[in-house]
Amino acid sequence: MIVLIVILAILVLLVLFVIGIYNALIRLRNQADNAWSQIDVQLKRRHDLIPNLVETAKGYMKHERETFEAITEARSRAMGAKTVAEASKAEGGLADALSKFMLVVENYPDLKANQNFLALQEELTSTENKIAFARQGYNDQVLFFNNKIQMFPSNIIAGTFNFTKRDFFELESEAERKVPKVSFTQ
Amino acid sequence: MVLMALALFLLGYLIGFVFFGPHGAFLGLIIASAIWIIMTLISFSGGDQIFLLASKAKPVTHDVHPQLFNVVEEMAISASLPVPKVYIINDPAPNAFATGRKPETASIAVTAGLLGRLNRDELQGVVAHEMSHILHRDILFVTLAGIMLGSIVLLSQVFLRGMFYSSMGGRRRYSSGSGGGGGAAMAIMLVVAILAAILAPIFAHLLYFALSRKREYLADAGAARLTRYPEGLACALEKIANDTSPQLAAANKVTAPMYIANPLKKKKGAKLSNLSSTHPPISERIKILRNMTHGAAFKDYAKAFTDVTKAGTVVPASALTQKEDVALRRPGALQKKNLHKNSSYAKSATSCGQSTASSSSLVSAD
Repeated sequence: MIVLIVILAILVLLVLFVIGIYNALIRLRNQADNAWSQIDVQLKRRHDLIPNLVETAKGYMKHERETFEAITEARSRAMGAKTVAEASKAEGGLADALSKFMLVVENYPDLKANQNFLALQEELTSTENKIAFARQGYNDQVLFFNNKIQMFPSNIIAGTFNFTKRDFFELESEAERKVPKVSFTQ
Repeated sequence: MVLMALALFLLGYLIGFVFFGPHGAFLGLIIASAIWIIMTLISFSGGDQIFLLASKAKPVTHDVHPQLFNVVEEMAISASLPVPKVYIINDPAPNAFATGRKPETASIAVTAGLLGRLNRDELQGVVAHEMSHILHRDILFVTLAGIMLGSIVLLSQVFLRGMFYSSMGGRRRYSSGSGGGGGAAMAIMLVVAILAAILAPIFAHLLYFALSRKREYLADAGAARLTRYPEGLACALEKIANDTSPQLAAANKVTAPMYIANPLKKKKGAKLSNLSSTHPPISERIKILRNMTHGAAFKDYAKAFTDVTKAGTVVPASALTQKEDVALRRPGALQKKNLHKNSSYAKSATSCGQSTASSSSLVSAD
């Protein structure tokens, strides 16, 4: 009789333990999803801003067709990205294209004085800042979630209920990867 | 805070003892707490908007000043807080403050003078400083400390005046009941109580100022962490320090700790002592921020603080246990390629840059 009660008690404890871990996993996953949606809002905002920016700039920059094409192409690739890993790559490419564009803009003083363009540039800058700041929060959440999935004993429960690892959002930049960073100032 | 509460209760105890005899000490304690509670209730029922009303701040939306609004949104994301309400004060003195005891009801107000003088990075630094005040709930802390200070001052004033008038009347209430030996003890208690009534307000003032200064340092540390670019705030502080416009019209002693830099300008000749200031010396704050060369986390600020002031740490141990590394970033946006010579970001990077033309024109249009 006593043995039965002890076994029962252990079973109940075990079930409670599993429920606790399962709920913790769900909570972490939701937090990661929520953090991602915050980035996603800003990414969409950037995609929306780009056509306006290109339209405004086109009137001033007649001979920069390649730059515009690069941006438009990078944008459509970024908009087609489905997973976080894809988005990391495509958005990094878009950021590269945009910064190249901004360097070209420096040669067009009239465009730089255009109020409409300045307003769009401010929005774009702010959107990129927001992406960068939100990225940190998202990556933190992903780290918590991935740690929980991979560490014992929660990894057993994660495996049973098919929790899978999330990707970090890195904003990979082709240009950044090629050029080694050397800085003597900082 | 705890020290101030102790001072208040001790004062109440002594005064009660003197006025009502040994059994009245508790009564004094109760009176002291009652004053404190009533003052707290009064100041809290007024709501968070009193400072804003007092400073004639105008609420702004994204359309009025996009850059300011964007910067506030960015810092809210960085601090994981709801976006506070944004106000502009039409005053040429460059300054900013935050109010709101809870992050959900918080507001950030900046002066038109600030918007006209700072570039984007510097504005971000200032907004981040205010956002840190909200994040650390400094407004609540400083308000509570201010109430405690007010209670102590009020209580000691009432006591000293009461003593004065009762001695004028010639009849002392406290001596009526007690006899010989008790009288001597009463006289000692009387002296102690008078001393306490004189010293407690001074002590409380010093504590209040120390708390306010510590919170300013912490907000600077928080700003560096939120922006990952301490130089922005350092430049902003430099510009605010070098400013010569007249004192902010809406500022007074009560609201002073809420501002990013002390809004009350020194009177000529009057030397503002370090101990009785709500803000640390601005040159020191700049130096600390510029010494953060290895990162933007709290531990980097703590190290820079010790290097500059040669004093102990200002950052609480709980913040230092976070093993986070916050890398510094380049000026301008967070995009990485601002290295081009002609880029406007590169210009603002080397020295404290000029304000962007767009922001100043928008302010004058407002």
